[in-house]
Amino acid sequence: MAEAGLNTRAEVLGTAEGGDVAEYFALMKPRVMFLVVFTALVGLVAAPGHMHPVLAVAALLCIAVGAGAAGALNMWYDADIDARMARTSARPIPRGRITADEARAFGTVLAIGSVICLGLMANWVAACLLALTIAFYVFVYTMWLKRSTPQNIVIGGAAGAVPPMIGWAAATGTVSLESFVLFLIIFMWTPPHFWALALLRVRDYERAGVPMLPVVRGEDETRRQILIYSLILAPLGCVPALLGLGGGLYTIAAGFLGAFFVMFAYAVYTERQGAEAERAAKNLFAYSVLYLFLLFAALLVEQGFGLSHSSIPLLWTS
Amino acid sequence: MTDEEDERQRRQRMRSIAIAWALAALVVLFFVVTIVRLGANVAHPLVK
Repeated sequence: MAEAGLNTRAEVLGTAEGGDVAEYFALMKPRVMFLVVFTALVGLVAAPGHMHPVLAVAALLCIAVGAGAAGALNMWYDADIDARMARTSARPIPRGRITADEARAFGTVLAIGSVICLGLMANWVAACLLALTIAFYVFVYTMWLKRSTPQNIVIGGAAGAVPPMIGWAAATGTVSLESFVLFLIIFMWTPPHFWALALLRVRDYERAGVPMLPVVRGEDETRRQILIYSLILAPLGCVPALLGLGGGLYTIAAGFLGAFFVMFAYAVYTERQGAEAERAAKNLFAYSVLYLFLLFAALLVEQGFGLSHSSIPLLWTS
Repeated sequence: MTDEEDERQRRQRMRSIAIAWALAALVVLFFVVTIVRLGANVAHPLVK
């Protein structure tokens, strides 16, 4: 797949310079880490019972480092792909600031350390979930699915969806239906989020040889799949309210946010040519980030301030 | 010593300092977590 003039895996892996601290931090994908910590925090706060604030902060720190470790290991393995894509070519390994071997060692140490620390500071159920998540992201998604199937981010999305369950497990020592629903929301949110991005970067993915859905099945099929997943996601976002996890604020937020999500997805489905199509995909991508943030923020506010029981009267609960 | 070598050594020094801070923070974190967990066990001792 490598074209003339593009960095091959061997060229990328062979460079060596020694990066500075900020570049090692960049290896941990800080923006992804923020989303992971935020959703884990919601799982932790929404869980029944009380967790000492110090232990909660320590658990979140371990989850953040674990997520960062997975990011570093992903950058190690995907260095060749990253070098060929405009969006990722400025990452520390393609730029030759950190060698792939250094990134692998850095990621491995952090992965093992974060799992052990979470086990010691919270409990081993949460630690096992964290270990499974890192392993799934690195071995199943990065090494296998990403380069072999257009369903890569559908199945691989499971790794990014687990953090609320880890947070919940850190607080309670178990997993539950409620935490599984939070997992499902992120799981169903992932495909439309990444496919909106893939529609914008389809040539980039094509050049790098990554079989994203628009590359393999075409843009029209991708738009159809985005709409289908969005139609499932919108009602799924309301399920925490039915389980008693979310109250009035959450119910209203989930309803409106979900409706807007479908609206943006429908725009992607209908606008298929030119600048309008690009704008629709950009809007959906930006809105999807806002959607997940606001949905979980509503849950966090309700649970954090004890508002979850002040629900609006619902017909099916009266 | 060239500018490039100076720069390389500066980055190495910064990395060493960052590792030292991270290790110190880990020690403090372990200490505080131990105290918290110890405190919880003293407040609610296991009945045998």
